[in-house]
Amino acid sequence: MKFAVLVFPGSNCDIDAVKAVEDVLGEAVEPVWHTTTDLSGYDAIIVPGGFSYGDYLRCGAIARFSPVMEAVKQAAAEGKFIIGICNGFQILTESGLLPGALRHNDHLQFRCAISPLVVENNSTPFTSDYAQGQVIHIPIAHGEGNYHVDEETLSRMKANNQIVFRYYEHNPNGSLERIAGVCNEAGNVLGMMPHPERAVHQLLGSEDGKALFTSILKAWRDKQGA
Amino acid sequence: MITARIHVTLKQSVLDPQGTAVTKSLHALGYAEVQDVRIGKFLELKLDTADRAQAEARVTDMCEKLLANTVIEKYEFELVEA
Repeated sequence: MKFAVLVFPGSNCDIDAVKAVEDVLGEAVEPVWHTTTDLSGYDAIIVPGGFSYGDYLRCGAIARFSPVMEAVKQAAAEGKFIIGICNGFQILTESGLLPGALRHNDHLQFRCAISPLVVENNSTPFTSDYAQGQVIHIPIAHGEGNYHVDEETLSRMKANNQIVFRYYEHNPNGSLERIAGVCNEAGNVLGMMPHPERAVHQLLGSEDGKALFTSILKAWRDKQGA
Repeated sequence: MITARIHVTLKQSVLDPQGTAVTKSLHALGYAEVQDVRIGKFLELKLDTADRAQAEARVTDMCEKLLANTVIEKYEFELVEA
C-alpha cells in the first residue's frame, strides 16, 4: 500500500504523518508537493495539519485551489482513502469534499491538549480497528476547530452515519454537537480536528491513533481481495 | 477602473466569538448601550474594467468561489468608480 502526504506551503504536520505511516504500518509513504497533478500512484492520501498559505483569508481557503486538489477530488471519486487532519480537515471542507465549515473556537483560545473522543462510527475504513463507542485519547491543537453545519445537512449526515468522532464529555472548541470528525457520504473521505499521527506511541502520551492507520491498511487489503 | 468594496461577515445564525469578546470588552469599558458586535472582513479590489455589469458578475463569482465561505458567511459589495 502506498500513502501520499500532501505538503502545502505552511504544512507542518506532514513529517509526523509520514513517520506515523512508516512506524505503525511499515508501508510506503511519500511527501507530495502541492503542485503535483497526478496522484494515481497512491492508494491513500493524507492532508496534514499546519497553516497552509498562512491560513490567510480563511483556514484552507487558498489551499483548496492548489493544483493537487483536482487530483484529490479525482481520487475521492475513485473511492481512494483520504484523510484530512486539522488544517487538512479545513481544506477538505473548503473544497467541498466534506460538508460543513470550521469556525473560530467559541472561547477564542487556541487549545493544545490530549482530548478524549468517542468513536461514533466504527464501520468506516478509518475506524474498524476501534470498538463502537470506544473512548480514545488523541491530541488536539487548533484555534479554529469549531465545526458548523446547517441543520438540514446535519440530519442527512446523521441518517447516513457520517459523524465519526465526537469529543467526549467536554467540548474544547464549541463544535456543533461535540463533533470532532466526519466522513463523506461514501465513507472514503474522513476529516478530523484531532491529530491521530501524534498519538502512535506511549512516549507521545497515547497510542490510540495507531488503530486509525491499521484500519486503513485493513480496509485497503479487504478491497484488494474483493 | 472600478473599485469593489466587499464585506464578508458570519451569517446571523452563526455565533461570532470575536464579536462576543468585543461586546464584553466594550461593556467593561462602560459602553452598556452596545447590544451586539459582528466582526467581518473588508476587502477592496481594484478592477481593470469599466463594465459595471461584468464587474458585478465577476465579483459575485469571486465571493462565491473564494472570498466567502457561504456555509457560514454572507457577503455584500458595492462598486464605485475609482
